[in-house]
Amino acid sequence: MEKHIRVPVDKETAKSLSAGDYVYLTGTVYTARDAAHKRMEEALREGGALPFDIKGQVIYYMGPSPARDGRPIGSAGPTTASRMDKYTPRLLDMGMGAMIGKGKRSAEVIDAVARNGAVYFAAVGGAGALLSKCITSSEVIAYDDLGTEAIRRLRIENFPAIVVIDSKGGDLYRTAAEEYRHSEGGDQ
Amino acid sequence: MIRAVDVKEITENIKEMCIEANHFLAPDMGRALERAAVSEKSPLGRQILSQLKENLKIAAEDMIPICQDTGMAVVFAEVGQDVHLEGGSLEDAVNEGVRRGYAEGFLRKSVVRDPLLRDNTKDNTPAVIHTKIVPGARLKLTVAPKGFGSENMSRIFMLKPAEGIEGVKNAVLTAVGDAGPNACPPMVVGVGIGGTFEKCALLAKEALTREAGSHSPLPHIKALEEELLDQINGLGIGPGGLGGTATALAVNINTYPTHIAGLPVAVNICCHVNRHITRVI
Repeated sequence: MEKHIRVPVDKETAKSLSAGDYVYLTGTVYTARDAAHKRMEEALREGGALPFDIKGQVIYYMGPSPARDGRPIGSAGPTTASRMDKYTPRLLDMGMGAMIGKGKRSAEVIDAVARNGAVYFAAVGGAGALLSKCITSSEVIAYDDLGTEAIRRLRIENFPAIVVIDSKGGDLYRTAAEEYRHSEGGDQ
Repeated sequence: MIRAVDVKEITENIKEMCIEANHFLAPDMGRALERAAVSEKSPLGRQILSQLKENLKIAAEDMIPICQDTGMAVVFAEVGQDVHLEGGSLEDAVNEGVRRGYAEGFLRKSVVRDPLLRDNTKDNTPAVIHTKIVPGARLKLTVAPKGFGSENMSRIFMLKPAEGIEGVKNAVLTAVGDAGPNACPPMVVGVGIGGTFEKCALLAKEALTREAGSHSPLPHIKALEEELLDQINGLGIGPGGLGGTATALAVNINTYPTHIAGLPVAVNICCHVNRHITRVI
């Protein structure tokens, strides 16, 4: 089912999404990947605050290539989400509304998505040029020294993604592969 | 007859190859992707494949890298033994080419100086360079920028000889099954069988640079490539890992003699772009 969704995402909307829904996201998201997550974790451990209010916000696991002149951003596709699994349940418990990435998540993340009525979207891995066209502005808001791994605030428009893990515990990676599995090998 | 080659020529070629590989799909991969688009059974899978095709078009037309992970530069250099390199070292020349290519091509700098301290070198150097001395007076350079979404899903298995061909199949299917959506399928699977621990990993990496759709000259290995491709596409992972029949575009297997006590198998996984480009100087 195709849906147009505003981000940041409200609880009601997040809960209405189901694994397999094809969505177009419009609004604001924040980028963070390995190094930024490590820093955020350290900040929290030391009793500090996150560089932005995470309530309802969407984190996009992405580190762009440099922008050419006149463009907001370079290639900007998703990175593998499981590297952030260690940090994710805590951020979800703090109110993070959704994540965009690619690849499988841990059982702990799947539980935390359900517990908090959140959602995990996958963008198509390797489609960085196409996805860059859905980003209209990009601004570094924290950890500038991390280069591509800095936290950026992005404006996105009709950004294509697929609901992979929903608030009801659905996991499209598990169910979709089952459907096309041939026990005696493929038929290509 | 000794032939002199100025290392500046190496730098210039490496620079261009880094930029080209990151913006333009290799022809063999284009053909493989077309074949997958025709055979894919899942409607969502077909939609993902058409997104990937659109992505490649945008990348080439607007000079935006195909993927934001423009990789760590892996360089294979076959140096003819009658070549005399002038003006500096091969390694420095290659790294200078990578430095310029990643700066001028607006490519992402993804290399950290120390694996534990993790400070970015900010110019994507050093490259990983594999040099081979061969007969002749030519220089063959292959650049294969490697992204880590798929690299992280690669594996090495030190099997026992008794595990035989079934053990090899299991190893490959295990690695691909575990990789699933993480490796940006449809993927290319490079397999090394034989050699020692490090030789086996190198065989798998070299196998990725072999043309997709080509086969091993050894009949039993060609048969294994075909059977494994069929089995992998029966895993159901599909484009983007969202279910379907196009999980791999190619399985390339390279082999080497090994020890009486061993059967090493390395599985190096790459995404559907499988960047590789070769030039002969």
